[in-house]
Amino acid sequence: MKISKKGISTITVALTVVLIIVVIAAAAYIAVDTGKSTTVTATTTKISTSISTSVTTSISTSVTTTSSTKSQSFSLDGAGSTFVYPLMSAWITQYTSLYPNIQINYQSIGSGAGITDLEGHTVDYAASDAPLQAADQAKAPKALTIPDAIGSVTVAYNLPHIASGLNLTGAVMAQIFAGNITKWNDPAILSLQTNATLKAALPNQQIIVVHRSDSSGTSFTFTGFLTEDSAAWAKEVGQAKAPTWPTGYGANGNAGVAGFVQGTHYTMGYVELAYALTSTPKITVAAVQNPAGDYVLPTQATSAAAATALPSLPAGNASWASVNLLNQAGAGTYPIVTFTYIFVYQDLSVNTAQTSGKSAAGATALVQFLWWVVTTGQQQNMALGYVPLPQNVVTLDEQTIQSITYNGQSLLTT
Amino acid sequence: MRLSRFPTSDYAFKLVAAALAASALVILLLMGYTLLSSSIPVLKRFGLYFFTGTKWNSAAGKEIYGALPYMLGTLVTSAIALIIGVPISLGIAIFLSEMSPRGIRIPVSNLVELLAAVPSVIYGLWGFFVFRFFIADYIETPLSTYFGWIPIFSGPPIGVDVLTAGCILAIMIIPTVSSVSREVISAVPNSVREGAYSIGATRWEVTRNWVLGYARSGLFGAVILGLGRAVGETIAVSMVIGNTIGPSALPTSLLKPGQTMSSLILNLFFEATPGTQEFSAILGVGLFLMVLAFSINIIARLMVTRVLKVKGGAIE
Repeated sequence: MKISKKGISTITVALTVVLIIVVIAAAAYIAVDTGKSTTVTATTTKISTSISTSVTTSISTSVTTTSSTKSQSFSLDGAGSTFVYPLMSAWITQYTSLYPNIQINYQSIGSGAGITDLEGHTVDYAASDAPLQAADQAKAPKALTIPDAIGSVTVAYNLPHIASGLNLTGAVMAQIFAGNITKWNDPAILSLQTNATLKAALPNQQIIVVHRSDSSGTSFTFTGFLTEDSAAWAKEVGQAKAPTWPTGYGANGNAGVAGFVQGTHYTMGYVELAYALTSTPKITVAAVQNPAGDYVLPTQATSAAAATALPSLPAGNASWASVNLLNQAGAGTYPIVTFTYIFVYQDLSVNTAQTSGKSAAGATALVQFLWWVVTTGQQQNMALGYVPLPQNVVTLDEQTIQSITYNGQSLLTT
Repeated sequence: MRLSRFPTSDYAFKLVAAALAASALVILLLMGYTLLSSSIPVLKRFGLYFFTGTKWNSAAGKEIYGALPYMLGTLVTSAIALIIGVPISLGIAIFLSEMSPRGIRIPVSNLVELLAAVPSVIYGLWGFFVFRFFIADYIETPLSTYFGWIPIFSGPPIGVDVLTAGCILAIMIIPTVSSVSREVISAVPNSVREGAYSIGATRWEVTRNWVLGYARSGLFGAVILGLGRAVGETIAVSMVIGNTIGPSALPTSLLKPGQTMSSLILNLFFEATPGTQEFSAILGVGLFLMVLAFSINIIARLMVTRVLKVKGGAIE
């Protein structure tokens, strides 16, 4: 290879060019990262100033803030539960159309991963169907628990020629998911059925159990129900976000389980109510026996019934580890119901790498979003297959949100 | 090297090239160090149980981590991939290097190598939504109906199991094994073939006894290269293998769901918090997987270069 003694070799030029590109990219990244809250395009500022004046007068709950957030743009991050993802998406879409200067990203990675992110301070808020356990509370000190919706876990199944009507109890389901009952026409299952045609139609086929392969609040609720109804399950497996399933196939996310059950015959799995109600084709769900002895189908009405018979709830900054809506009293109450929670730190300044921790204005933006979610946002719940919070829970949430501070400074005053 | 004799551009270029080469080595060493240091807590606590035990529980207070089912899962799926994929690849290689008309050699070999260009996640998607029904209907249902009483064929024939994962892996290793085998078979000197023909051997005898015999270690190396790819495959396997955990993940039957080391890491990755025992266990599995993949690749390369090097000295 001839290299000219006088000129610079082509390879040196190429490497210099690459180096320059890398330096420019790094500089651009650093500039964008620190300048995110102040860089706004001309059109967005125009829209935000015109809408903000009309919206501030029309908000139903009167809220005054200690610092102005209307002209700055903020980007908030949330992560966690796949169950609440459709609802969270709808909330975010509506909220950001009302306040275009706020951008909210939500990653639907599972309740366990959301709590991990909360502990690592990599998100502004986390969403989960499982409350913080003692180990999580130790790693996320002074985290507040804010229930934002109510959902229930349905038992989905796929049997050819059977479109509805299967009855199940917690004890029998525990045996099925433990692998002790293996056939659809097992006497234990037959004895629960009231529909004679269905009883005769149950096939002599193996039950294909489907569960979650990732860490999930839905699994937490479902195994909690099995633990309450079966001492054997409590001893062998127990309640966990990622239990060691004795049998069955693992699918990823609520959507994964729903897809698996719909696509394969003779399967039985568990999915959250919202997915069961809104998927096409419709998922067949079983009626589960509640403590009153009735076989109840999971609907929004029967799930809401569980919330009206609520026991006393702890304060937002206390431990919610023992709170559950399983097996609530009432004739028409569905037994596998759960709150879904948002976790956020009581003093947002600990989120040093996040928008809510960098400035009081960013923290206020988050707090205003949370306030909107538990008040106005609840109007969206029914349409999407979730249950809105009863008024006493909304009041409790409002108190909790008002206690959020930034460096000791209170953010919301009503 | 006296600096004044050479243009500075040469010296700078040599430095930069050396730095880039060293960076590859540094990355390897860093990865190995991270995996080793992070998995020491769990290896110390469970010792041999980690490699021979089957229970896996991450609940606080009841923690126990045994990775044997996943190691066996990787072994079984790779074995199925080799059993199905290697004869097909050898057939392709022999056809392309010995028997095909010269005109179609390059187009067909390019087509086969296109299989390697398909992203792994596409294999997984296609496998879950199309291929598994094909295997379920034409292979698993007859197996389960007539031979379901044999423990190795027991299980529901729905296509999400170790057998389907093995079949998809077989398709994925065909391009690698066939292209390296083709190179190795072409590297057999013509003098060997001519000598064989001169004593009256038929075409099949020449190929079987002399050509394949000469290229034996190279072919073995190609197979091991394919094995290396099969061992590391994650996404495609995880979509069709059923993702079980704990003792139920032991691959006792071809038609039952299982878990490989790589799909386990994929499933547990998101909930692993650095510093916990579970994180340590996941990295321990990752360490074992990396060591396995490394050694397989090193052995393969040694065997392949041995055959390709001899070509230089033989009489053409």
